[in-house]
Amino acid sequence: MTPDFPHLAAIRLGYGLSPLTPAPADPQAVLRSVPEAAAPDGWTTPMATDAQRQFAASRRQRNAGEIDTEEFRRIQSDLNHQRLSVLQRRVARAVDAPAGFGERLVQFWTGHFATVARNAPGHIMSGAMVDEAIRPHLNGHFADLLFAADTHPMMLNYLNQSGSVGPRSVFARRRPERALGLNENLAREALELHSLGVSAAYSQADVRELAELLTGLTYDQRKGRHYRPDAAEPGAETVLSESYGGPGTSGMDEIRRVFGNLARHPATAAHLSRKLAIHFAADDPPPDLVAALEAVWLETGGDLAQVNGALVSHPVLAANLRAKARQPFDFLVTALRALGLDGAAILALDPKRANQALWHPLTAMGQPFAQPRGPDGWPELAAAWITPQMLAARIGWALSQPARLCDALPDPRELVETALGPAASGALRWAVPKAENAREGVAIILASADLNRR
Amino acid sequence: MLSRRFLLKSAAMAACSAAAHPLMSTITFASVPGDNRLVVIVLRGAMDGLDVVQPYGDPGLRALRRSLSPGPDQGAIDLDGFYALHPALSPLLPLWQAGELGFAHAVATPYRDKRSHFDGQDVLEAGSGNDVPVDVRRGGWLNRLLQAMPGVQAETAYSVGSEQMLILSGQARALSWAPDARLALSAQAQLLLDAVYHDDPLFREAAADAAEIGLDLGSDGRSRGQTGVRLARFAADRLNGETRIAAFSLSGWDTHARQGAVLGRTLGGLAETILALKERLGPNWGRTTVLALTEFGRTARENGSAGTDHGTGGAMLMAGGAVRGGRVHADWPGLADDALYQQRDLMPTRDVRAYAGWAMRGLFGTAPGLIEDTIFPGLDLGPDPRILR
Repeated sequence: MTPDFPHLAAIRLGYGLSPLTPAPADPQAVLRSVPEAAAPDGWTTPMATDAQRQFAASRRQRNAGEIDTEEFRRIQSDLNHQRLSVLQRRVARAVDAPAGFGERLVQFWTGHFATVARNAPGHIMSGAMVDEAIRPHLNGHFADLLFAADTHPMMLNYLNQSGSVGPRSVFARRRPERALGLNENLAREALELHSLGVSAAYSQADVRELAELLTGLTYDQRKGRHYRPDAAEPGAETVLSESYGGPGTSGMDEIRRVFGNLARHPATAAHLSRKLAIHFAADDPPPDLVAALEAVWLETGGDLAQVNGALVSHPVLAANLRAKARQPFDFLVTALRALGLDGAAILALDPKRANQALWHPLTAMGQPFAQPRGPDGWPELAAAWITPQMLAARIGWALSQPARLCDALPDPRELVETALGPAASGALRWAVPKAENAREGVAIILASADLNRR
Repeated sequence: MLSRRFLLKSAAMAACSAAAHPLMSTITFASVPGDNRLVVIVLRGAMDGLDVVQPYGDPGLRALRRSLSPGPDQGAIDLDGFYALHPALSPLLPLWQAGELGFAHAVATPYRDKRSHFDGQDVLEAGSGNDVPVDVRRGGWLNRLLQAMPGVQAETAYSVGSEQMLILSGQARALSWAPDARLALSAQAQLLLDAVYHDDPLFREAAADAAEIGLDLGSDGRSRGQTGVRLARFAADRLNGETRIAAFSLSGWDTHARQGAVLGRTLGGLAETILALKERLGPNWGRTTVLALTEFGRTARENGSAGTDHGTGGAMLMAGGAVRGGRVHADWPGLADDALYQQRDLMPTRDVRAYAGWAMRGLFGTAPGLIEDTIFPGLDLGPDPRILR
């Protein structure tokens, strides 16, 4: 039986079915979830900066003997609890969202603009990047999203932009002893990963010139993100045959302009249409869908509202159900929704339980929160996620966590219907009533390929 | 003969006190006839060869680098009057002195110009030429080596790990493993889950492998330190048994900023890893060759953050009792501006695959034609650098 639109939309475009909310009736209901995802979770760059200061100060004070070990541990543990809150709020939003597509887009774009949080303040900054750069632009122009993400303090630190100084800038020339100069990291990934894609026709010279154009763009704890003309490489730069910067131009305006042109570039349209199709439809992306998204992207200059519209209404979504494996974050949210939990229950978890139910399982399933292996983000292929070790972690979660999260476990025979409805396979319907107890019945449903694919 | 199941179970027990980060640490194994052993370590992130093996005898080096690669006057260890070893590798100095550690310098894969980690690593592991899209069906070069060897046991190939190592993936079955284990799921639930997974090969096989090796279903995913050492001990235990080829990867080489501190830590981990292999392999160290390869080198010039950016030519490390070490192999291109590749990177003067090719020729008797046509398509093996004893 082919599931109807509401079931398909909930399973493929959202975080699955929940007994608490009806599945979205039509594409408009799916799309309404995108502006709903724009509101922040409550993390800001100043909060992250304060946390960085506190983190550094507590170490300094402990080493200087100004605070004792107990006080130091208390400060560190407060920061660690905030790190868990970043995850809990993200999960709670996704669990509560009726259609979920907006929250799925948050995860997609956060993975596309991948950064790695290396400590508790880093996790708060990563949360701030989601709130300040990703969420506001889900339904806007890609140019604005690209600019916001690639100029966010989290990205500037992660890809070393804050240390990149024009070698011929006033600042560098006055400090010859410091040997200041370029760092190409952000410029390269902006072209290779964030916009054009590695197979596009750009050269090392484009990387270099873009890196030179980006000099001056920096972040520090005192002034936040800002542009320092004295650190910028003087003169014009040529990126993909277009000239930027030089006399009479404003540094930040020109950086915005180059990101705008990159965002509208045909190679970017092709790269991101393909990436969206891979993420939402199939590891081997359906050519029809890629072409449809690319056409809209080119026609609208990267208007994501239009691209989102083309994606959710495309008929291919009905053709290849379960072509994708849910990534671990997606799996956890889908399982929590299926169990009938709401966001309030997730936010109410104390730090110990949040670690047991969310943080550590994500790591064991191969997706440590906000810590992809590198700037290329998370892998897409199902085989990268359904390895023996990672599948064992999913089965383990399905076996141990539901009983601890739910006051009373759902009847597995009912759970099949509420979690999967018409999308449940015959094999699952056959197996569930034969489980020895509710705990294992629930585990079989949550660990099934039916639920772990979308 | 020991069954595969027994081997896997005993391996699981041996490792049960240590949990590994599931993403960072996968070891891939295969067993082949003979006594010689090959360990390939993929250094992900692009190791700066000019800092690890510093050509301080080249007057160009000081002009390019102010703080990095400071040479023997600033703590690096003089190797031969021209090259000096990064001080963080000093634990390996006894190996150098015993002739069990060597390097190849100014080497690269055929990958050029875009300097993407991900494409660079794909080319390194595929063993293919430049800009050839990575073909999943052709897999990695260690897998093609296996396919080319007579007497490889059909059942030695097995995939259990979390991160796939492309280098040993392909048609020949190879065992893959992340050291972490224990078990719990009722027999009935196991049977039911088997039925539920039956029509989905990906889930079916992953679950069967997980059950067979007794993976811990309650694992909380926490990991603790010393990844490389754990991987090395685990690999050595397998290599002391039937395994003859092991591959794993170490990360942390992408030193865009504060390279002095970052590279020192990562190199320290590499040194510990190699010493752990030696210690655990015992007498078998004498028949072992370790090759540590990276996707490309880094810029010859220091950047503005006391680091280096993505480059081209770099260095390869070779270690083991089977290695004829105590020397740095290189056709040194020089560091003058016009000697650099695109005026920015160390010029590669030899294909790094040639060293790996000559190693497999020496270890496993692989025919040169097979190496040049099939295992490393398009490679010119060139003269034998005689890296083995």
